[in-house]
Amino acid sequence: MSSHLKVTDLHTTFGSGERAVNAVRGVDLEIEPGGTYVLLGESGSGKSVTARSILRLYQSGTTITGSVRLGDEELTALPERRMRQLRGLRIGMVPQDPTGALDPLRSIGSQLMEVLRVHQIAPDRASARKRAVELLDRVGIADPQRVIKARPHMLSGGMRQRAVIAIAIACNPDVLIADEPTTALDVTVQAAVIELFRELQQQSEMSLLMVTHDVGVAEELGGNVGVMYAGRLLETGPIREVLSAPKHPYTQGLLASLPMPGVARGHLQVIPGRPPLTGETSTGCAFADRCALAQESCRTAPPPLVEVGTGRQAACPVVNGTPVGRTATSEELSA
Amino acid sequence: MNVVLAEVPALPPEAPAVRPLLDAQGLVKVFGTGVRAVSNVSLTLQAGQTLGIVGESGCGKSTTAKMLLRLLAPDEGRVFFDGEDIHQMRGRRLTELRRRLQVVPQNPQTSLNPRLTLEQSIAFNMRAHGYGAAERKRRIPELLDRVGLDPSYAARYPHQMSGGQLQRAAIARALATEPEVVVCDEAVSALDKSVQAQVLNLLSELQQELGLAYLFISHDLAVVEHISDRVAVMYLGRVVEEGPADQVWNDPRHPYTATLLSSTPGVDRNRIVLGGELPNPANPPSGCGFRTRCPLATAECSETWPNLTVRTPDHYASCVHDEPASLMPMPATA
Repeated sequence: MSSHLKVTDLHTTFGSGERAVNAVRGVDLEIEPGGTYVLLGESGSGKSVTARSILRLYQSGTTITGSVRLGDEELTALPERRMRQLRGLRIGMVPQDPTGALDPLRSIGSQLMEVLRVHQIAPDRASARKRAVELLDRVGIADPQRVIKARPHMLSGGMRQRAVIAIAIACNPDVLIADEPTTALDVTVQAAVIELFRELQQQSEMSLLMVTHDVGVAEELGGNVGVMYAGRLLETGPIREVLSAPKHPYTQGLLASLPMPGVARGHLQVIPGRPPLTGETSTGCAFADRCALAQESCRTAPPPLVEVGTGRQAACPVVNGTPVGRTATSEELSA
Repeated sequence: MNVVLAEVPALPPEAPAVRPLLDAQGLVKVFGTGVRAVSNVSLTLQAGQTLGIVGESGCGKSTTAKMLLRLLAPDEGRVFFDGEDIHQMRGRRLTELRRRLQVVPQNPQTSLNPRLTLEQSIAFNMRAHGYGAAERKRRIPELLDRVGLDPSYAARYPHQMSGGQLQRAAIARALATEPEVVVCDEAVSALDKSVQAQVLNLLSELQQELGLAYLFISHDLAVVEHISDRVAVMYLGRVVEEGPADQVWNDPRHPYTATLLSSTPGVDRNRIVLGGELPNPANPPSGCGFRTRCPLATAECSETWPNLTVRTPDHYASCVHDEPASLMPMPATA
């Protein structure tokens, strides 16, 4: 049985006082059982911090506020002991780099069986082993009997990522959080891993929170998207609608800057400037300095997300007043 | 701002092909225990043009680049720069090659010395090639301005700059010696997309103005298609397809290229999902190296790796199955 994940007004701050870094500044998101939500953003946008904050994977010195509800449980209020029981059991995590995620000295089987034993999914070693083989088979590993004995260095990057996915789904979690799980992989392997996520979701009611910087990966997955920038969501909605008719000037600029066939060399549209680094603050909209449509009001307070269509929101007062689907011209963008 | 950086005359794009500026013939590199990283690779780069090399990790693209840059000696084959074998060059000839052939590496965080200011890094390169103090002083601000950095950045250290700025700095350093060929090894891969577009545009503008030739190496087919005149697709140490960028993109003739294209996320094509992964280059399959994953493989594919043969004028592929990708009976999903 799967549960609804609902995040409300999530703030994550590293450190305190003068040197505090506000990495996440008020994120709301919701995933239906079996649904997919993609957090799309560039480096430093706070997308990974959002994902990790849901699991409370931070040490003391980090302040996480807001609400994270899984089913009828409020995760932010849980003591750490209870949270530990929940990680891996109800929320699985696939990190970006499978090599760093696995213990290089232990076999894949031992690391997979550990999860099953800790969460008491398997009552004894023999059943844990049997289940581990099944899991490796389920993530598309052709030779599970061999791989279960292998140490991470004996496997290719794609196989390692499959093994990590097997560990993450070992306990049939309600929610799988995947943080750039395909970024370190070659494109042909990446395509197969995306296909695997799709299959896994079809087989169970597991919901998927995918963190990625890759617009193409987001498009492949479908579901809903939240476009993050400087710790805030700038635009949300069904992925295919957002990508085919973006409303926020940042989303528009980002999509226009992708090299696509038919764009003459030297004529890619660009967003001037660069994304702010994690924790770089501004009083108003963080995109205002790069935005051709920015007005005075944009610099005084960050605009809230407002409805811009069925199931769609954008945090921009300017675009909200312009016709649907309007794309800023290159002159505006490069001004 | 049009600052003239080099005396190299820019060839108009329609200039007739002359002797290639960079010409690699039959390169082979075998590492230690018999890993055939590069097998019989031949490539040519004309002045003022861009040759893209695309392939996945372990396909030999960076090893090839190192041999073209004379950072690695080939076991077989030769590399000619402007008609001269670069691996025979010594002394001043070699220094002159280094001046004319520069590189923009993948990771500017590690390629720029963290203890030197940007000015010192660029000056270091210029001094090595005999540029005097007065000229360095005059040209460094021009170079920075040309790559879109404020001249005040000359005094900055790498840790004070963002990834996009560092990559601009690495480009400025490469251009400082007025090169004719710049090898870009995954030069935009580490950048955010919105910044990547800026750097791609900058590279295109510089090529137009200065008549530069680029050898552009990337795993990202969309980027390579965008920036290149010609594209070479590598797999397991070999070039499996080579041709004009738009033809390779629109009409791939090797099943591996077709797969790579269909795997590029967001590209609207029937997805071909490959079984297996890149074979171990130390123990490659017999015959065609792609046959173990290829949906078209037949018995004859296990005999020899086919040579590149012409498909449409100027477009080559190494596959016994001679048909356009659109007609390939590929298993497609979704």
